[in-house]
Amino acid sequence: MKNKSLVSINDFSREEHIHIMDLAGAFERRPKQRILEDFVVATLFFEPSTRTRLSFESAATRLGARVIGFSEPGSSSVQKGESLRDTIRTVSNYADIIIMRHPKEGSARFASEISRVPVINAGDGANQHPTQTLLDLYSIRKTQGTLDNLNIAFVGDLKYGRTVHSLTMALCNYNTTFHLVSPSELKLPSSVKMHIKERKLGYHQYTDMSEVIPKVDILYMTRIQKERFQDPMEYEKVKNSYILRNNLLGDAKSNMRILHPLPRVNEITYDVDDNPKAYYFTQALNGVFVRQAILAAILGVVE
Amino acid sequence: MENTEQRKELKVSAIENGTVIDHIPVQSVYQVLRILNLMEFNDQILIGTNLESRKMGKKGIIKVNNKFFKSDEINKIALVAPSATLILIKNFSVSEKKKVEIPAQVEKIVRCFNPNCITNVEDVITRFEVVNKVDLKLRCHYCEKITARDTMTFK
Repeated sequence: MKNKSLVSINDFSREEHIHIMDLAGAFERRPKQRILEDFVVATLFFEPSTRTRLSFESAATRLGARVIGFSEPGSSSVQKGESLRDTIRTVSNYADIIIMRHPKEGSARFASEISRVPVINAGDGANQHPTQTLLDLYSIRKTQGTLDNLNIAFVGDLKYGRTVHSLTMALCNYNTTFHLVSPSELKLPSSVKMHIKERKLGYHQYTDMSEVIPKVDILYMTRIQKERFQDPMEYEKVKNSYILRNNLLGDAKSNMRILHPLPRVNEITYDVDDNPKAYYFTQALNGVFVRQAILAAILGVVE
Repeated sequence: MENTEQRKELKVSAIENGTVIDHIPVQSVYQVLRILNLMEFNDQILIGTNLESRKMGKKGIIKVNNKFFKSDEINKIALVAPSATLILIKNFSVSEKKKVEIPAQVEKIVRCFNPNCITNVEDVITRFEVVNKVDLKLRCHYCEKITARDTMTFK
């Protein structure tokens, strides 16, 4: 993995995903190791994403690296009209690795081709956010003890959710059975379903969340945005059916855990937070360990 | 025999050596010229369009003197002219006939249909992997979205 860019979840093989998770486990046991003291990490956020940026910067800083960069394009040369090409060419002289978030799809792939140093994609438009997918895999494996043969439900906006698409594709390597819960307007796109079918895995589609809860090992919640509906009346009709409340969790399996990529708005009520099945904040913490693992592996300081 | 018959009725004169691209859909003749970069070609090019064709009703034909294309070069035209026939001419006679084939990779000529793709924002050479040759589907190397025949435009 040394010097390899991470742009799309498919850039790394199943074995490499597992290797990253194993490394992340080591960082979880010992999060503060100054193994990147000689390195400069650049975080280029061409659109703001505080959570993702802080997670990366925390990971880099805990390993002793220096972090440079910008958190929004307004405070950089981008505002003066500099092209992505020129920004990347310049910054790759200053840093040993570039972490970037950009609103245009394919921007990270392009950057990885012109950069002198490896690029980690922290989100390119609606396309890919591979470190999110890896931290989701890590969280699933950690809570279930395995990634194989699990029943996993995705709830909410399955049509536009980049997180859901990437994680579904990655889980296709692990004989997953998928339970897809969404309003009919926001079903999983057929291109992603095709991927599931190609691997001959099972999937079931539902519009009602309650019948799924007792069946699954992971309940992955996502936010439904009003703007996604053509007809606002449709949104009003369905909005309450995709809110997870604590009283819905009575029949859940004991090993079941609730994941959410955050930020949450109202799709999980606060009374769920104290339920031991709520895992979304630990999931965010896992993101730091996974990003430590990715940085250390790509910079070549761990095998 | 077919050769002499054809020559008798030729609407576009014969070339001595080179490539004839026949059975081009009439709406694609100029695209084919562009894709093959023939605007900058210095030898003779004979172009016919709206010619009668038993197979197609109307067709276009392009004859390029002293030019033999590499297959990955010529196969690009399959995107706009899947029906095209290539005829290699040596000494005024047909030395080989073949069909064009849709290539596995397409570079430069196609625009990604996704307006939010970086290739439509910055000056980036487009690259696609052909994921379906029958029901034409190209996956963008950058944004990973699929451009299909009905959303395909050319640079």
